[in-house]
Amino acid sequence: MSDDDVARLTLPVGPRDHSQGPVDAPVTLVEYGDYECPHCGRAYPIVKEVQRRLGSKLRFVFRNFPLSESHPHAEHAAEAAEGAAAQGRFWEMHDALFEHQQALDDRHLVGYAAAAGLDVPRFETELRGHAHKSRVREDFISGVRSGVNGTPTFFINGVRFDDSWDPDTLTEALKTATRAPATRRRL
Amino acid sequence: MSAANHVLPAGTPAPDFSLHATPDQLVSLSDFRGRPVILAFYPADWSPVCGDQMALYNELLDEFARFDAELIGISVDGAWCHLAFSHDRKLRFPLLSDFEPKGGVAKMYGAYREQDGTTERALFVIDAAGVIRWSYRSPVGVNPGADGILRALEALKPGAAAHE
Repeated sequence: MSDDDVARLTLPVGPRDHSQGPVDAPVTLVEYGDYECPHCGRAYPIVKEVQRRLGSKLRFVFRNFPLSESHPHAEHAAEAAEGAAAQGRFWEMHDALFEHQQALDDRHLVGYAAAAGLDVPRFETELRGHAHKSRVREDFISGVRSGVNGTPTFFINGVRFDDSWDPDTLTEALKTATRAPATRRRL
Repeated sequence: MSAANHVLPAGTPAPDFSLHATPDQLVSLSDFRGRPVILAFYPADWSPVCGDQMALYNELLDEFARFDAELIGISVDGAWCHLAFSHDRKLRFPLLSDFEPKGGVAKMYGAYREQDGTTERALFVIDAAGVIRWSYRSPVGVNPGADGILRALEALKPGAAAHE
């Protein structure tokens, strides 16, 4: 375990990911999160804030890490976000879920799908059939293999960020990363 | 600084033990001979952290099962405490109670924190022959995750039985 002091992202950011911001931004922030986790709920507006502060210098990626046995709705919520992604509306659903963490049962998920303008019958069929379960699990395992040990866990340019994610500390770390020599991988 | 803060290293035969898994059930390490065992010492039940170490492992039982590995959690909490904690967190693996003499097993593994009277956050992957093949002690406030365990299990895979 001697080279283990720094945990790194084992699955590089790529076309499979849901991202906001320029593909060639100097900093990529990856979050492994759980829609029912209260800490992730707290992190949600903070990420929005650092996105505002960094502007086009930042690319943000969200991956699923539902702890479904602690959070009974987390797995379905993650599958719902992937269902929305299948219809090109991942971020609308992602935001709706974090803004309504107390209402994540299936009835509400369908409501958010309708509000996001999704094809609701298709969304419901996929949700019921767990069409996106394997994708969610793939995210989860990629997190485990990268040293994710709880939620939220952040990676800045592929290196796990273990410091506090209050807006100022996170912003500072991201700004420092924009100045660091690029170690990121190209798509 | 205590000199005792060294967990047993890879290559050491894993000391056998018998501890209570429930108030009326004893579990021995030797019960699992023939299969890999993951021993996860952790400081205490009822950690307030969301997605704590045991919750994470609970989500990974399918992964561990691919290696036919048994996961066992150990802390100094009593068997009744473990029972309540297990129910609350819906844990699907045994939690052993290193309660009397307190921390006796943790001490054998170099995984006891004298200053706190709790077990360390220490992980051991033990092979089918009962030999420690990987061990790791995490700072007590840091959840070590599961990546190291999975890599150690992968390294066991080719010759399951013993070395040589």
